[in-house]
Amino acid sequence: MEDNANIKKDTISGAGDEFVLPYGDRKNDGVVQVSFTLPVDKGPLGEEAGRQVMKVMGLEDPIIAESAHLSPGFTFFVGYGKLKRPVHLSSLKVATPLWESLEPGEVDRLIKEKLGRPLVVVGAATGNDAHTVGLDAILNYKGFAGDHGLEAYSSFTVVNLGSQVPNEQLVAKARELNADAILVSQVVTQRNVHISNLTNLVEILEAEGIRDKVILIAGGPRITHALALELGYDAGFGAGTKPRDVASYLAQEVLKRKSLY
Amino acid sequence: MLKLNLDEEKITQCHQLAKNITSKVNRDLLSYSTVSIERTVARFSGVNGVDEEGVPFPNILVNQIVDKGKISDGAALYLGNACIELNATPQEVSHMVAKGELDVTNLPWHGAEAAQAKARELCQESLDLIKTNRKKRESLLRDMPVTETPWLYVICATGNALEDAVQARMAASQGADVIAVIRSTGQSLLDYVPYGITTEGFGGTYATQENFKLMRKALDEESEKLGRYIRLVNYCSGLCMPEIAYMGAVERLDMMLNDAMYGILFRDINMERTLVDQNFSRMINAYAGIIINTGEDNYLTTADAFHAGPSVLASQFMNYHFAKNAGLGDELIGLGHAFEIDPFIEDSISYELAMALLVRQIFPDCPIKYMPPTVHKKGDIFFSHVLDASFNLVSTMTGQTIHLVGMLTEAIHTPLIQDRYLSISAARYARSAAKNLGKNLEIAPDSLIQDRASSILDDTLKFLEYVDQKGLFGAIGEGAFAGIKRHRSGGRGREGVFKRSPSYFNPVEDLLRQELF
Repeated sequence: MEDNANIKKDTISGAGDEFVLPYGDRKNDGVVQVSFTLPVDKGPLGEEAGRQVMKVMGLEDPIIAESAHLSPGFTFFVGYGKLKRPVHLSSLKVATPLWESLEPGEVDRLIKEKLGRPLVVVGAATGNDAHTVGLDAILNYKGFAGDHGLEAYSSFTVVNLGSQVPNEQLVAKARELNADAILVSQVVTQRNVHISNLTNLVEILEAEGIRDKVILIAGGPRITHALALELGYDAGFGAGTKPRDVASYLAQEVLKRKSLY
Repeated sequence: MLKLNLDEEKITQCHQLAKNITSKVNRDLLSYSTVSIERTVARFSGVNGVDEEGVPFPNILVNQIVDKGKISDGAALYLGNACIELNATPQEVSHMVAKGELDVTNLPWHGAEAAQAKARELCQESLDLIKTNRKKRESLLRDMPVTETPWLYVICATGNALEDAVQARMAASQGADVIAVIRSTGQSLLDYVPYGITTEGFGGTYATQENFKLMRKALDEESEKLGRYIRLVNYCSGLCMPEIAYMGAVERLDMMLNDAMYGILFRDINMERTLVDQNFSRMINAYAGIIINTGEDNYLTTADAFHAGPSVLASQFMNYHFAKNAGLGDELIGLGHAFEIDPFIEDSISYELAMALLVRQIFPDCPIKYMPPTVHKKGDIFFSHVLDASFNLVSTMTGQTIHLVGMLTEAIHTPLIQDRYLSISAARYARSAAKNLGKNLEIAPDSLIQDRASSILDDTLKFLEYVDQKGLFGAIGEGAFAGIKRHRSGGRGREGVFKRSPSYFNPVEDLLRQELF
């Protein structure tokens, strides 16, 4: 299946027998700090419940450093324990985008030289989502943390549709502009509403037969590249993404698809 | 005592310009009304509830008048006339309309005078209730005073009104003075108000009258227990601004988020719709004694906060005068701002302190609302907690009134039970530990703080001169605020704006005007 091929291509793993345990103040001491609330009154029984909860987590020698009364029937715990079971890095498979980080000037030069026209990017916060901070940070000229958005690049033509855009409208706009890429921002996370909305967009693109014609990107604080691939997207960008990350990826992906890179 | 040396002449000029700008807009829009205003009149008259499909009766009634091409006369005349003719209550009239049994615009006409008198009489009960609520709040505040400032303001947002009430009570018992229930994402763009107690929301809880009532009751009980009156907040914004103002007034909410330009800029709601609704909703809030909270924090989250100072202050001047024009007293104008400068800019705390003090000093009698850092928060909850500590300190030192408590998990999820506890504890610590710190310090002349404040005031004056010259609509069209361009004919909800006919009648507006001016 093409999806699996996609994941494999983008997977990295650890080497050899390398294993890891949490590091407190010496290698492999396994020290872990946790905090959580239990629906119990503060007191000896509550503290014991707190320690047992940590044991269930797999932490040995649990210590409750602090237990604080939140309100009748609720106690907050800060605890320390030791994890003894290591994680073997070689057993992990992690999806990650395989692209190089390029300077903005380099992105512009690459696209101009190899493609000879600007990339058309359409972005929106879809469905009920009213949050555009992330989308604006990536697309708008102003950018984010000193990194200019895609509008600042000569190699991108950006159309930012803003918030609460129905998927159908986004697809219609992408068709109309013959977009190279669609950026979807999803912030709202309650009851996983973002997931169904993201898959719905893929379904619409497939139904209209243009899924393969665009690079489809999801972004948002709870989005990971792995999740995006699973949902049928080409890439996912999570918290801390800078506009240049998206620009670098887009430039390389478009050129790769056209065998120009 | 922390005090900036400010050019009073410039402050006066800023006020004068903002007064010009806002009065021009209000005059310009005097001859308009909106469907949401007419639905509010219906609600004042006692029309409430929804049909089997969940469509509110106020919408059904007003939609009929729109469909018949008569909305330019306002809803009140037709409702008053129908009640006389049928000897029925407004609620009964709306049910008949819903069943398709009645056309309120096509009944024997009892004359404007009789219809107006009836319409006035119909909304009197709601007006009386709102006045009673205002008095009740005053008496509760006397019996259960909130003695510490800033008031600690926290948000509940479970999506489930019943769960919100539990969390709100817990937050109050931990020290919160003000509880805001944030709305379900997207409610601002609904052209109706949902009905009943709701248990499913997205990123927040629907604002409904039943949810307001439920929360008010829970907080009244908790206030009684704590001996401290807990204020309740909701959002009077979006396409149903005046209807929510009405609902908040009759259910004794204490504060409403209510910004003059927020909907225009950040929700792409039509300018005329927003500003016409705005004025009417602010009159209701004024009459109800509800503190409005303006949303200047949004400029700081969208634009780079280091450079946004003048647009924030300019917006505050305009929000202030829009509010004054609608009859709100200074004690009800909660101008907003936020602690959003990049924490890694050297001396960022001094810049924040300069702005906080500047706002505090220019609007001395307004309950200033100070909002916490959000933009520069990431997954490191420990650093986030430290950042909030700086915010708490600046807020206390500069004497802010309403302190939105920052959450250490801001960038991650809606607050967990312990997040609220940790954040409230930190804010309480600053409020007590730095209680008189500001009174013991002075701002050095020619200091970074003094210079920063003076330069923001200078730039604000220039900015307001520009807006005055272009007019507010023109300036927004050029992207003067938050870099977002909107046009008078664009945006959502414009179809719900209409020009008043010579026979237009709105008893609520008339009675509010008599009371407020």
